[in-house]
Amino acid sequence: MKSLEELKALREQMQSKMNVRKDDNETIRVVVGMATCGIAAGARPVLNAFMEEVNKRGLNNVQVTQTGCIGVCRLEPIVEVFVPGQEKVTYVKMNAEKVPAIVAQHIVNKQVVTDYTIGAAE
Amino acid sequence: MNFVRAHVLVCTGTGCSSAGAEGIISAFEDQLKKNGLDEEVRVVKTGCLGLCAKGPNVVVYPEGVYYNYVSAEDVPEIVEEHLLKGRPVTRLIHGDAEDASKATNLTDTAFYKDQVRIALRNCGVINPEDIDEYIAYDGYAALAKVLTEMTPQQVIDEIKASGLKGRGGAGFPTGLKWQFAANSPGPVKYACCNADEGDPGAFMDRSVLEGDPHSVLEAMTIAGYAIGATEGYIYVRAEYPIAVERLKKALEQSHEYGFLGKNIFGTDFSFDIGIRLGSGAFVCGEETALMVSIEGKRGEPRCRPPYPAVKGLFGKPTILNNVETYANVCWIINHGAEAYAALGTEGSKGTKVFALGGKINNTGLVEIPMGTPLRQIIEEIGGGVPNGKKFKAVQTGGPSGACIPASQIDVPIDYENLTRIGAMMGSGGMIVLDEDDCMVDIAKFFLQFTVDESCGKCSPCRIGIKRMYDILDRITAGKGTLEDLDTLEELAAHIKGNALCGLGQTAPNPVLSTLKNFKDEYVAHVVEKRCPAGSCKALLNYTIDPAKCKGCSACSRVCPADAISGVVRSPFVIDQSKCIKCGSCMEKCKFGAISKG
Ligand SMILES: Cc1cc2nc3c(=O)[nH]c(=O)nc-3n(C[C@H](O)[C@H](O)[C@H](O)COP(=O)(O)O)c2cc1C
Ligand code: SF4
Ligand code: SF4
Ligand code: SF4
Ligand code: FES
Repeated sequence: MKSLEELKALREQMQSKMNVRKDDNETIRVVVGMATCGIAAGARPVLNAFMEEVNKRGLNNVQVTQTGCIGVCRLEPIVEVFVPGQEKVTYVKMNAEKVPAIVAQHIVNKQVVTDYTIGAAE
Repeated sequence: MNFVRAHVLVCTGTGCSSAGAEGIISAFEDQLKKNGLDEEVRVVKTGCLGLCAKGPNVVVYPEGVYYNYVSAEDVPEIVEEHLLKGRPVTRLIHGDAEDASKATNLTDTAFYKDQVRIALRNCGVINPEDIDEYIAYDGYAALAKVLTEMTPQQVIDEIKASGLKGRGGAGFPTGLKWQFAANSPGPVKYACCNADEGDPGAFMDRSVLEGDPHSVLEAMTIAGYAIGATEGYIYVRAEYPIAVERLKKALEQSHEYGFLGKNIFGTDFSFDIGIRLGSGAFVCGEETALMVSIEGKRGEPRCRPPYPAVKGLFGKPTILNNVETYANVCWIINHGAEAYAALGTEGSKGTKVFALGGKINNTGLVEIPMGTPLRQIIEEIGGGVPNGKKFKAVQTGGPSGACIPASQIDVPIDYENLTRIGAMMGSGGMIVLDEDDCMVDIAKFFLQFTVDESCGKCSPCRIGIKRMYDILDRITAGKGTLEDLDTLEELAAHIKGNALCGLGQTAPNPVLSTLKNFKDEYVAHVVEKRCPAGSCKALLNYTIDPAKCKGCSACSRVCPADAISGVVRSPFVIDQSKCIKCGSCMEKCKFGAISKG
């Protein structure tokens, strides 16, 4: 370690690995309903797809996490996306194929994928 | 690289390690593998989270769910329910938050929410054995800034402006200390760290070393640059094996990365740090004794002046700072003196770490802004006195310290206010006392400690403190007189004025402050031969009230001394000459017929 730049580069690289422990207002959170109903409906592949997609794009401001029953079992698998400063968006009847679009449009470009939301389903 | 979606932080501080943290780590690793989660969930060792008494402690991120009293048997449930299905295991969640629905997050708990963690900023947050995690949390950024952007004088000015004072007990302004050493001429100087932490009940410094060793090494290097030193020593208690181990690892990693050694960050500044193990004597924490102990001689204090800043280790200009003092330094450089000085009060800036112990629900480690009222520490952060008992006093500063009586519970905790009411900050031990604690006995406890730890070099301390101890011993045995109380004060004044080092000079404090605040308790012992707290055994009598006694004989069956006799269905009696005051009979009696007094 000979320079400030080297230290900064290492810090940034490490910060992306520690993003999970951050509790701030800049982090986007993707929450997948993983209670028994969600798992039965296929939430696990959805969670995997989100992790894969976020990893592939090297997004380090995104937390992917899971929660218990969100409450609308018939629409499972359900995913909630929290973008700081915006309303929560709930995507329903999710599958792995829908994930890349949500990551690309919503998480990266901040455009909600309306076709997949709870509003569209109801 | 895989995406890691959750981190399981397992505390591996001394408290949680002794409660079985290692077993929990391996249980998590097994269970994660079993559930196919080992690639997406990482188990991380971390430092002290503060609530050591409720350990082993585990925090699961990103939610920040704080689990207490975790056992290896609980791990499958945490993995299957929380990490797989997203349902935190409520029965293990630390439950002191006012709003139960928010109780899941560590930072919302009553214990954490009023704390401001600067010295402890990385404790329980990063893996102390991984320099990369330290770097992710701004580690070594302060050193880089200092070496590439600041002159030594600018560093000293920054520390001065922050208002930081020594956290080892004496509260001397840190920037000024550095200035003195910087002004001392000479090519060879030393920047050292005092990690001897000898006060009974204190574990602030241990927790910093265990949870964030790099922060101390980085700060020592900055201090070295500021005063013009190229070498430093950290003098650490040998009884802290985990801290020593982590320090060694940190030193190694720091060398590997080039943060220690020659030409740090490509500048012409070089610095190195050595570890020296303490010899186990309390007096070796005193600065002059510590330095001769590093030199390999017997750790005895010497007269000051000359002060270490002029003539210290190996006769060279030296600064010695406490672990917690150093733990603040990098934060000050990174965030600016102003940000630090914005915390706290007029004369006491920043925060202070306390080891909260005794009769308090949340025993543990807390860091609060200076000026926080004692009441908030006891009632909110500490969760109050257990078992509905009455709060009586806190003792701060250990064997050199004093007590703050309940009547002063609203005092803001800072240097000035504590001095004003005749108490002191000390190094951070804070022992909570309730109605069952006898103040004479507390004073005696600390005096016993100083008698044992006196190095014997000067007579006021060697003989005087022993005399004071003997008097307290007599008083607690019911053999004291009113003159004894005057003698205590006379002896105290003489010892304070004539002892050579801080150990002797401060040893009478616990007696003086209890005499001042709880004189009536001393008087009750000597005049009425009574211990109001019901704690001094020699002054206790257990008696059976014949009007309430049903003659069930339960008491006589539990008495280990065969002191109770009687005929069934008529009142029993206790033979005071046989009674060893164990209290078993009183606990056993279902009719409340036995009382003590
Ligand atoms: C008997 C005695 C024991 C002491 N023990 C310690 C100790 O364990 N740790 C500590 O930091 N300072 C201890 N001190 C205070 C040190 O002498 C010194 O003031 C301190 O290390 C300076 O660092 P600071 O300015 O950062 O507080 C002790 C002092 C005395 C008189
Ligand atoms: S005051 Fe006590 S500990 Fe200090 S030098 Fe004298 S005898 Fe030793
Ligand atoms: S206090 Fe203990 S020793 Fe004394 S009478 Fe009761 S049981 Fe026996
Ligand atoms: S246990 Fe109580 S009631 Fe029974 S004999 Fe002893 S004092 Fe009397
Ligand atoms: S050692 Fe685990 S919380 Fe303090």
